[in-house]
Amino acid sequence: MSAAKKLNLTLKVWRQKNGNAKGSLETYPLKDISPDSSFLEMLDILNSELINKGDSPVSFDHDCREGICGSCSLYINGEPHGPSRLVTTCQLHMRSFEDGETIYIEPFRAKAFPVIKDLMVDRSAFDRIQHAGGYISVNTSGNTQDANAIPIEKEDADEAFYSAACIGCGACVAACKNASASLFVAAKVSQYALLPQGKIEAKDRVLNMVKQAEKEGFGPCSNTGACEVECPKGISIENIARMNREFLSASISK
Amino acid sequence: MSESKGLLKSHIVKKYWMAFTGLFLMLFLTGHLAGNLQLFLTGYEGQLQFNEYAVFMTTNPAVKLLSYVTYISILFHAIDGIVISMANRKARPDGYAYSKPGKNSPWSSRNMGILGTIILVYIVVHMQNFWYEYKFGKTEFMMSEDGLSPLLQDGTIAEGATVTSTGNVMLAGENIGVAMKDLYTIVMEGFANPILVVFYVLAMIAMGFHLIHGFQSAFQSIGLRNKKYSPAIIKIGYAFAVIVPLLFAIIPVYLFIMAA
Repeated sequence: MSAAKKLNLTLKVWRQKNGNAKGSLETYPLKDISPDSSFLEMLDILNSELINKGDSPVSFDHDCREGICGSCSLYINGEPHGPSRLVTTCQLHMRSFEDGETIYIEPFRAKAFPVIKDLMVDRSAFDRIQHAGGYISVNTSGNTQDANAIPIEKEDADEAFYSAACIGCGACVAACKNASASLFVAAKVSQYALLPQGKIEAKDRVLNMVKQAEKEGFGPCSNTGACEVECPKGISIENIARMNREFLSASISK
Repeated sequence: MSESKGLLKSHIVKKYWMAFTGLFLMLFLTGHLAGNLQLFLTGYEGQLQFNEYAVFMTTNPAVKLLSYVTYISILFHAIDGIVISMANRKARPDGYAYSKPGKNSPWSSRNMGILGTIILVYIVVHMQNFWYEYKFGKTEFMMSEDGLSPLLQDGTIAEGATVTSTGNVMLAGENIGVAMKDLYTIVMEGFANPILVVFYVLAMIAMGFHLIHGFQSAFQSIGLRNKKYSPAIIKIGYAFAVIVPLLFAIIPVYLFIMAA
């Protein structure tokens, strides 16, 4: 592994002091990066260099670094989570890049995802959408019924699980030309709509979550399918069709 | 959903309207194409059939009703499209410095507004070329094969009759009906112009790309796509998007070649 050729890169990183400041792309040359390092480790190395020089380090979101928390973001070389498929930025490795390459690193861009600092954006809009209906009302009095006591068709259980695989990272919004949150909302609607426990509040859920998403400033869905391609969890746009179906029937009856 | 009530309030409702008007306009295209294919019929028989068809399309009350639904659909589809496009832009005020949308989505899906605008401009020109000419222009009247007698709208030859400038057929000083207009000749003369032929072909290419995305997108918007239907919807959509504009485009090219 140590024999692998080290990479010399040119980074173009979005720097912005705060939400109100005007940002710009800054150029940073970075030498001797191992192709085995992850993208975030590469940024850690850049930040060490910046700190050693007395400059302010680049702010970016990260947490678990194993692709399940949904904290990391970044729009890398024109795509959310970079050029690889079905991975988050933390799972992206520098072997996906060429020696001498210029790498553009920008924050996820959407009106509903305002920049906090540099590459860090505020994705709390997703939390508010979830709060608008992404739950089931269960009385947790201590006698809660075991969810597994209700028989569920395997196919539906699997589908609900695939939808629930959404980690809420916001790559769908970042990829969408309209900064639409349709894939996220649809995944959250679907994960409940397919299960008996979720069906009870299904109508209010879809109406309220869609309403909240629009209130946050996410755009309409143009069905380009970009979100599905860029989603690190492979959430299908069939979820959006299901959400549209649910929304139509809920709008008529409620 | 008190706040999102109303025809155009929610993004999703706007998309339903986009889908329903779009699907209706696809039905319209199919009907329009079937009518146009009669232009492949040549000679006097072809001329007569096409002009009789034009009379039917302009006088039948059911067709009239459908034509109003079509006009409303086109207008609504265009206005709704503009409203949606504005919402699209508003959702990302600051764009990316470097973006590769081609990596995740087809070009047509990202440019429906531009394609739609081209089609709208085409519709205006097309209406001027034929609809306006037929209704208000100085259209010639259909004459019998020997070129001596005018035809009434029902296709009967009014021997020895003359046509007034307003289109009334006069026989011995008496108004015996309305003359059949000669749309066929307007079409033939129109497509002898190479610029018009090229414009029509380009418009049909735009239509093809608009339909490639529009067909499957309409089904997605109204929630009709799932594992069972998606493969068929995608295949039929591609076939429709290629075959319909292609057949539309072949007609002016064919007529131009025949005229030359």
